[in-house]
Order: sequence, then C-alpha cells, then structure tokens
Amino acid sequence: MPEYVLSVGMEVHAELLTQSKMFCRCPVAFGGEPNTRVCPVCLGLPGTLPVPNRRAIELVMKTALALNCTIARHSVFHRKNYFYPDLPKGYQVSQYGETNPIGYGGFLEIPTAEGGFKRIGIRRVHLEEDTGKLMHLPSGGSGIDYNRAGVPLMEIVTDFPPDIQSPDEAKEYLAQLRQILIYLGVCDGRLEEGSMRCEPNISVRPQGAEKLGTKTELKNLNSFRSVQLGVQFEMRRQIATLEQGGTILQETRGWNEANESSFAMRIKEEENDYRYFPCPDLIPMEFDDPFIDRVAQEIPELPLAKTRRYQDELGLNAYDAGLLISDQDWADFFEKAVTLGGNPKLVCNWMNSDFAKLLNESGQWVAGERERTRVTPTHLVELVKLIESNSISGKMGKEVFAEVFATGKNPQAIVDARGLSQVSDSAAIEAWVQEVLDAHPDVVESYRTGKQGVIGFLVGQVMKRSQGQANPALVQESMRKALEP
Amino acid sequence: MSISVDEVRHVAKLARLELDEAEILAFQSELNALLGHFQDIASLNVEGIEPKPHAVALRNVWADDVARPSLLRDEALRNAPVTRAGLFIVPQIIED
Repeated sequence: MPEYVLSVGMEVHAELLTQSKMFCRCPVAFGGEPNTRVCPVCLGLPGTLPVPNRRAIELVMKTALALNCTIARHSVFHRKNYFYPDLPKGYQVSQYGETNPIGYGGFLEIPTAEGGFKRIGIRRVHLEEDTGKLMHLPSGGSGIDYNRAGVPLMEIVTDFPPDIQSPDEAKEYLAQLRQILIYLGVCDGRLEEGSMRCEPNISVRPQGAEKLGTKTELKNLNSFRSVQLGVQFEMRRQIATLEQGGTILQETRGWNEANESSFAMRIKEEENDYRYFPCPDLIPMEFDDPFIDRVAQEIPELPLAKTRRYQDELGLNAYDAGLLISDQDWADFFEKAVTLGGNPKLVCNWMNSDFAKLLNESGQWVAGERERTRVTPTHLVELVKLIESNSISGKMGKEVFAEVFATGKNPQAIVDARGLSQVSDSAAIEAWVQEVLDAHPDVVESYRTGKQGVIGFLVGQVMKRSQGQANPALVQESMRKALEP
Repeated sequence: MSISVDEVRHVAKLARLELDEAEILAFQSELNALLGHFQDIASLNVEGIEPKPHAVALRNVWADDVARPSLLRDEALRNAPVTRAGLFIVPQIIED
C-alpha cells in the first residue's frame, strides 16, 4: 500500500461584530423572533439601494493585516448569482478576483508538535453578506427567517495548493485563526452558534504524485473536535476508496456528529455558474495609506506574539504561556500583575492553579459579563511577595488566597488578622528544635544509629510546636545541624 | 460571436425560465443581436483610456455602523403569499 499525502484547504466564514448589517442599518444580533430584524434593503425589495457598513470594511482590513495580507488599493463588490430561498435578492454580494478582495496573499503561523512553527498561506480575506435561515417544517414547506440575511460576513480562504497536511494541522489552523479573530474583536468565534463556520476541502494523493487528488468539501462542522475528526474520517475514507480501486467523486459531504462519519449530500447536476459581475449598485472602494495605517493602529498584540514574549522575556514555558493567552482578559490580568512587580513565574503559577480553579468553581471571571472576581492583580502581587519573602509559607498562601477570593480583602490584612506570619527567626526555631530533641531522646538515638528517616517526625514535631508557623525549610536545616554529632 | 440554442437553454435554466422551442429560437436571435452590439463596442479605439470600475466617479460611499429600527414584522411579511409563525413559507426545499 503506497503512502498517501493529505491536502486540506480551509474556507472559514466569520460573522463580523458590527451593530448593523452590511448594506442596511438593521440591527445584528443572535436569536430572537424570526423576521424582526429585516427591512426593504435586506429583503431585496425592488427600488432599494445598499450602502456598505464602514465598520465591516475596517474589520475585514484589520483581519487581513493581522494575517499578513497585502491590502487591495482598489476593491469592488460583485454579485454572485444563484437562486435559493434563503437569498432574498437572487444574488449574494461578495468579492471576486485574485487581487480585488480587501486582503490577499498572507499567512498565519501555527505551532507544530516539534515545538516549531509552520506557515499556512492565506489566499484571500474578503467581505460578503450572510444568507437567511431556512427551516424545513414538519407540516410541509420550508420557512424562512431573514434576520441573518445581510449580516456582514468575512471569508478567509487558505492558499492553493494547500499547506495543511494533517487533521491536527487543520484543527490547529482553526484554533489559531479563531483566537486571532477574538483578539482583534472582529468575531466572537462561536462555532456552535455558527458565528464562525469552517468548510475544509480534503484530498489525498499517493506520496510523490504531483497532481492533487479529487477533493471533497465537508460541511456541518461545529467544533474543533468535529473538524479534526471530520478531516480524519474523509482522509481514511478516500484512501480506502482508492485502495479498493475506486474513484473519489467531487462532492459536498455533510458531517454527522452523532455517528462520526460523513455522508454524500446531493451532487449538483450541473457545475455552479454564478456569473459574477461588479455590483452596479455599489460604489468602488479605494484605500490609501492613512486609511490603512489607521486600521493597523487598532491591532493589539496577537496571541502568538504574546506567547513568544512570555517565553523569551518572562521565562515561562510554552504550556504556561499558552494557558495565560487563551483569553485576552486573563492575559491582561497577568500582565498587570507583572507590571506591578510580581514575579512572572510565581504569578503565572497562582493564576493557572488556585485562581483558575476557584474561578471555575464559582463561575466568576476577571472581566466581561460574568460575575466579576474580587481578586485584583495587586492582591496577587502582594500574596506572591509575602511568600517570596518567607513571611508566610506556600501552604498558608493557599489559605490566604482562598480568603482573598472569597472576601476581596488584602493578603497582608488577612495574614495580620489571622496571625499567620511565618516564623523565620533562627533563634526561635533553634529553641523549638532543642525542645523537641529533649522530649524525644529515643528518636534522636535511632537517628544516630542510622535511621535517618526519622528526621521527618522530628521536623513535624517542631512544626506542631510552632502551630504551623515555622518556616519548614529553616526547621529542616536547623534540625539537621543539631543532629550532627 | 453567436450564441447556440444549448446556451440559451442553459441561461434560461439559470434564470429559472421555462421556455418552449419557439421562445428559445426567438431569444437566440435577440441575444445574438444584443451580443452583436458588443462587437461594435469592441471596434472602438480605446487607446489611452483608463479602465473604470464604475460609471460614477464616486469612491468610498459608506454608512456609519449605527443600528436603526427595522420594519414591523407584519409589515415585512405583508407581501408574502404564505406565512406561518412569523416565517416566509416557500415550497419544500429538498436537500438530504
């Protein structure tokens, strides 16, 4: 059996986070009663004229810049003509051509299993409009809700021939892209709700073959897992078909989440013939340097650059850095704590362990619409410093942090109120050590005859006498010294 | 340049027009006359004339992203032949 090479092209559609639709000012929202966010323009009624949403244009440009694209100086909208009931005008406004889309010829980097990065070429980033939603009614007929019709939609297409060569890379590409879109504030990235949709084109060819195999397009993928599983299923199905002497049909296939397999959707009798032409209702666009520069100013530090900085400048490992940047507000919290003088590694450890756990249990978060945590970056820095200076032990720190989390009090105030200060005074510790040695001569004897493991018991006795407040490391050291002959 | 009977059928199908044989022949000759006009245009001397993306010289006509009230639903649905539960109803679309 020959080895096969997988090629995956990705088409991603993202609904833009604007207040109003692409060509009319109907509000954009999720859910709600059907046909309550429609007007003569988005219903395609005769005599209406569309006016593009400036913000949508800026958001697509922002994305294109973040994906290292060239920005078109001249760009127009085209009509893509086809009849389907969810498309009220009989055409979808989109952008055709190689160098006409707002952005083209870019790339995105994804991390590889070997710890490096791989570039995935981006062919185009263009602006179009979403369709309505069609529902098949059990009572017969189909119902249409046009609330979504005309919502600004961005399409991001990878390069051809495709750079993605494994199901993992397909998933990673989508994950990186989603995180970038969320960081940019252009899309909320909700795969389940369909505000971000992914359609991979999948083909296989024998190793060494130059020509790409026949591709199939996969639809209905609404999670990272289904993208990975779906691509993997299609790859295996195509290889099995070829191995049995069969041929791959160019078709659109649906992903069945329940039984984790793909099925052939209806094969269109004829080749799509969209008869693209420039939309005469829409005025051409021209982008100059000041416009592009102003949009570029809006781009924040992107997730990949952040993880690299956390590793290179703050000494974190890739895993910890990855956890911190997984959410922008979480990363902001971390950076504020570091700016306030917190040791990056220690702040990171507290955030990714105790803090994350308590937030998870309480349903709270550091920002946004969920209930806000009482913990501030200042709290965390204060706590870390108390531990670093040996004023309290790590174990006490956990108790203090839990109380900060519950009450929002300052760590120092909690330490003072509870009398939790750790004793690092060597005279006091030596006195406790001596008391313990005097109280347990038999244990001391067995230590000296070779049972060195009993030191744990003796240290434990000191900790007990100090009511847990002695610095354990100092007790250990002092005990060892005292037991030396 | 001339357009075949099959091409007329294809275009009619894309436009969802049901044409009989006589109509197809009539449209073939009309479309050919139309396309003939493009040959006249193609014979013009356009040297030194920059291609234009649009007949109007305007650029960047955009609106600010401010939501405004939509139509009332009853108003939006008023012209639809069939509606139910706030939806426009069309014949069953078969796509398995």
